[in-house]
Amino acid sequence: MSTSIIEVKDLEHQYGDFKAVDGISFTVGKGEIFSFLGPNGAGKSTAINVLITLLKLQKGEASIAGYDVRTEPEKVRESIGIVFQEVTLDRDMTAWEILEFHGRLYGMTRSDRKERIQEILELVKLEEKKDTFVKKLSGGMKRRLEIGRGLMTRPIVLFLDEPTIGLDPQTRMRMWDYIKAVNEEGTTIFLTTHYMDEADNLSDRISIIDHGKIIASGKPWELKNALGQDLIYLETSDNSKARAIISDRVNVSGVTDKGKGILITTNDDGTKVLPLVIEEIRNSGISVITVNLKKPSMDDVFVHFTGRELRDDKPEKISTAFGRR
Amino acid sequence: MHYGFLTIYWRDMIRFLRFKTLLISSLIQPALWMAFFGIAMSANFDRLGASIPPIPGVPEVQYLTYMAAGVIAMTVLFTSLFGGIVLLFDKNWGLMREIMASPLPRDQIIFGIALSGMTKSFIQVIIVMVFGLLIGVTFFAGYSIGHTVVALLGIMLFVGMFSIGFLFFSAAISISMETPEGLQGIITLLTMPIFFASNALYPVEAFPPVLQAISTVNPLSQLVNGVRYFAIGDNFTTMGIHYVYTTAEILLSFTILVIFAVAMFGVAWWRFKKAVVT
Repeated sequence: MSTSIIEVKDLEHQYGDFKAVDGISFTVGKGEIFSFLGPNGAGKSTAINVLITLLKLQKGEASIAGYDVRTEPEKVRESIGIVFQEVTLDRDMTAWEILEFHGRLYGMTRSDRKERIQEILELVKLEEKKDTFVKKLSGGMKRRLEIGRGLMTRPIVLFLDEPTIGLDPQTRMRMWDYIKAVNEEGTTIFLTTHYMDEADNLSDRISIIDHGKIIASGKPWELKNALGQDLIYLETSDNSKARAIISDRVNVSGVTDKGKGILITTNDDGTKVLPLVIEEIRNSGISVITVNLKKPSMDDVFVHFTGRELRDDKPEKISTAFGRR
Repeated sequence: MHYGFLTIYWRDMIRFLRFKTLLISSLIQPALWMAFFGIAMSANFDRLGASIPPIPGVPEVQYLTYMAAGVIAMTVLFTSLFGGIVLLFDKNWGLMREIMASPLPRDQIIFGIALSGMTKSFIQVIIVMVFGLLIGVTFFAGYSIGHTVVALLGIMLFVGMFSIGFLFFSAAISISMETPEGLQGIITLLTMPIFFASNALYPVEAFPPVLQAISTVNPLSQLVNGVRYFAIGDNFTTMGIHYVYTTAEILLSFTILVIFAVAMFGVAWWRFKKAVVT
């Protein structure tokens, strides 16, 4: 693949005895938005810290924009922009000073800085906040300023570590628009997130990471397709019997217990399968109590591949707050 | 030559000028030392010294003038020891990651912090000197304009060399420590012996041998020597003690400061190379 911008092979990273990253390999193509999806503590930040050269590469290989992370860290640093997970802005500096400082750090010339700061402030819609101190900016504005800062040096790859953590739903949506706009200008984006909807909404490709390993990779729809078509959730008077009856159906690809009911994965249009399933169960003398039909979400994908829900946080709540679809 | 250190310098100076409380609070201590300790002790020491007959042709200076040099040195010591603390705050607040992940070579961070700390020291030294002159310190007595300018430059040379040594040291501990409390602990632990085992406030001639040896190599004593040599002169008496500074002695003092600064840069360089900031 000649157009890949990030190439990682068998990357491992250990803190003492604990293997935070346990042999991951992936590539990111030019112009892609690539996501690492996983719960907190899955090893996402460690992996990103190795790629951006803040942590030493212990084992494996990694290159960014053609530069070896191990042997050419300076070149890697010049090629990337970073938006860290926590706010890394000096509260007592103005938006303009933040960008000016960053441009100087990266050795941009005075005229280049002047021009670029103007462009960036326009891009992230902070022209009017140019001389406002960071402490007076809202959470969303700070995040936008950070994204703008990450783009100051026209990086080939922009790393976003949990870009919308702690933001309200509206601000998150707008942040996604910025990220997409930046990507459309040609910047390759590598992001980590533990929000399913974020990964689903933004990414061209996703790698699901858990316990330091990549468990599944693909385009969002490919991952969802791994679960078949629609999902049917049923609660009946006799779940185990109902399960036995319908598991042989041709358009049912699998049945699992879930909560008080059973979850049916189908390989056909769920709206057509559902009446047939209900009829069959009823004919066997079992009554149906609750029915739910839905498209697989990234949440289902995550549960499917990891066998469990996210360890902490409740991204579902945020998702429903402003309707995922 | 890399000019990246100017970026670090620029930011640190913005913060310094923005937060005048830092400047003001760092000036209160030397002012209090001079106004209370200086004036009170001056009355005592000068009375003791009065019983010793003066040496003909050798100017006699008051204790206040003598200790003013020590207070200037102390001010520079405190400012420089705390000069690196911004690195610790940056580290704890995550700001250091931006710098560490940038292409800026790490030695430039050390140089930038040293340069801004040195600038702060210069500003403070000027203010403390003016304050001293106002309350009766007789620096530059009988000097011509040209001589005063040379004396000031000499003082600044000593102040600059001394402060970067301690700023390198401060940067080294700041980047290695996890909490500001730890840094404060170390600095407090160090300031007392550095300050009191020196010639800043009193003559060291009557010290026990071990203490005298320490104060002779103590960088603070070197700075005090330099300030007294340039501000008071190479031949004076105070409290009945006759002070004579030869050029060789002053050069030796300066050399010790240079060696100290180089050694501290080595320590800082080593700590920064090892530093992992995530």
